[in-house]
Amino acid sequence: MTIGELRKERVDRGIKVRTEGIYALMSWRELAYLALPRLVLIAGLLALPFLVPGMYWQKVISIVSIYALLAISFDFLAHYVGLVSLGGAFFIGTGGYVAAIANKTLGLPIFLTIPIATIAGAAICTLLLLPCLPLRGVYFAIVTLMYPLVLARIIEALDILGGTDGIMGVASFPGHWTEQYVVIIMVLVFLFGLRRLVNLDIGLVLRGVKDNDQAVRASGMNITRYKALAVFIASSMGCLAGACLVHIYMWAGISLFALDFSILPIAATVIGGGGTLAGPVLGCLILVPASELLRAFGTLRIAFYSLILVGFIVYKSEGIMVFGQRKYHQFERWVKI
Amino acid sequence: MEILIYGTVNSMALALMALGFALVYGISRVPNFAHGAIYVVSGFLTWTFLRVVGLNYFLSAVLAILVTGLIGALLYQFVLIRVRGMAISEIIASYAIGLAILEGLRWGGFRGMTYSLPVFVEDMVIIAGVPIDFHRLLLIAIGVAVIAVLWAFTHFTRLGLALRGMAQDERAALMLGIDSDRMALIATALGSMLAGLAAIVLLPLGNIVVEAGYNVLIMAIAVCIVGGLGSWMGAVLAAFLIGFAQILTVVYLGSHYQIVVALLAIIFTLILRPSGLFGRQKELEERV
Repeated sequence: MTIGELRKERVDRGIKVRTEGIYALMSWRELAYLALPRLVLIAGLLALPFLVPGMYWQKVISIVSIYALLAISFDFLAHYVGLVSLGGAFFIGTGGYVAAIANKTLGLPIFLTIPIATIAGAAICTLLLLPCLPLRGVYFAIVTLMYPLVLARIIEALDILGGTDGIMGVASFPGHWTEQYVVIIMVLVFLFGLRRLVNLDIGLVLRGVKDNDQAVRASGMNITRYKALAVFIASSMGCLAGACLVHIYMWAGISLFALDFSILPIAATVIGGGGTLAGPVLGCLILVPASELLRAFGTLRIAFYSLILVGFIVYKSEGIMVFGQRKYHQFERWVKI
Repeated sequence: MEILIYGTVNSMALALMALGFALVYGISRVPNFAHGAIYVVSGFLTWTFLRVVGLNYFLSAVLAILVTGLIGALLYQFVLIRVRGMAISEIIASYAIGLAILEGLRWGGFRGMTYSLPVFVEDMVIIAGVPIDFHRLLLIAIGVAVIAVLWAFTHFTRLGLALRGMAQDERAALMLGIDSDRMALIATALGSMLAGLAAIVLLPLGNIVVEAGYNVLIMAIAVCIVGGLGSWMGAVLAAFLIGFAQILTVVYLGSHYQIVVALLAIIFTLILRPSGLFGRQKELEERV
């Protein structure tokens, strides 16, 4: 029998169907099927600081978590609201500068600056992006691409906020364990929080905005308000990441608006699997250490992950996470046509 | 008078940068975010042909333009064709390729002040009391010529008419036997060649630097949005608007604000008239 007479069929596993309903609670096997992937992720992330060798790689773990926050926010905006933001650096920069100012100028302690930077930074980002919210697709991408560049130029030109030198001497975290666990726990909180959010009513509306905004509008809902809310959530994650980054590096400067923060989360999302929210975290766990190993190559790193990105988006656009989910939930077999 | 002359020069430069982008987007509906990278590549190619291979200036410029056209065609044939129609993937794929080219060039050592192209003609004249060098005058002439040739090409040749037909309605064009993928391929190649031409005309005014790629991309996009994505004449007009606005800000505020002008122009256009000055995308206006 040749290949032409067969086709591949994918069927959900019985256990998947059973665990979707109340039966999930009836046997340990079903419970484990549901809980295992989540527990592996949570336990894995929490155990990570113990597993890696040395201070240097523990630092890398913090950076991974920061990129993961950004990547989750990109994934949320792009795949659940339909706003492709090429300006992750904009969120990082705003959050970072707010945290640095709160810490240096106002003299606030670190456990206050981070929440302040998260909320105030997100408010600033949302306010600045507000005029662009009616846009979709290409247009929104273009405008968000320009924001970090323009802000960096303005800071450079006006010589405000420390100009090209940046703001130095920002307080660091009390210890490196706190530093790592704050960011890791934040990743987990936002990851599971967003997964919950997109399945609530508001998540449904947001997905409606993505798929057919006219229909949402026809239902008497203000789409700009929902988009603003989504941007607020996403930018608060970005600003939180930026604030943590500033406290880790003890420095805020123009390089917060660098291209890395825009392109790496996107690459991580595409590689990890867009629309899954957990995929981007996985992508960051792969890409950030890889980029640390390639540090010797300088800017070639960006070229390197751009090429990976193109390869994945053209030839394997579903990403690792979607692929894994399919293997976990379904089995495949060849059937006669 | 100074403002008038240098404003015209600046506007023509912007129009040259933007035409390639507008052409590709207008015909294939793919926003070619690798536009800036192709622009820089063309500059380096010309430099290589001129300085390393040792060809004469004209020949190396023509060769560089042909090679950039080829790059554009390959880019479409092997990458963009697979993601065409998926907005997110189009943006990310073309942007990532542009980044890879630019950062690869930067890593390859093409940075700093060492790379520059000579001007075409070393001379200057004084028009109405304003000294202006010949190269800038040539820039205006080439810009006008390019616009005229493009207009004639799209109005009087079979290929140009086919491209225009596809830009207007892809499905109808398909029914009339126009191969839309081939047309999009040609459009991408043409757009890349325009970017290459722009680079060769504009780069002698400064140094060839990798950062130019990002600036060109941003300016091209700004011009195209203000003019209406997909409208070529709109792009030319918008180039003049933004060009003069930039020169005015440079004269009265300072050169750091140039890029801010571009962003403000985009934002105002998008708020007031989302489809741009001459945008033909009425459905966009409804959607926004």
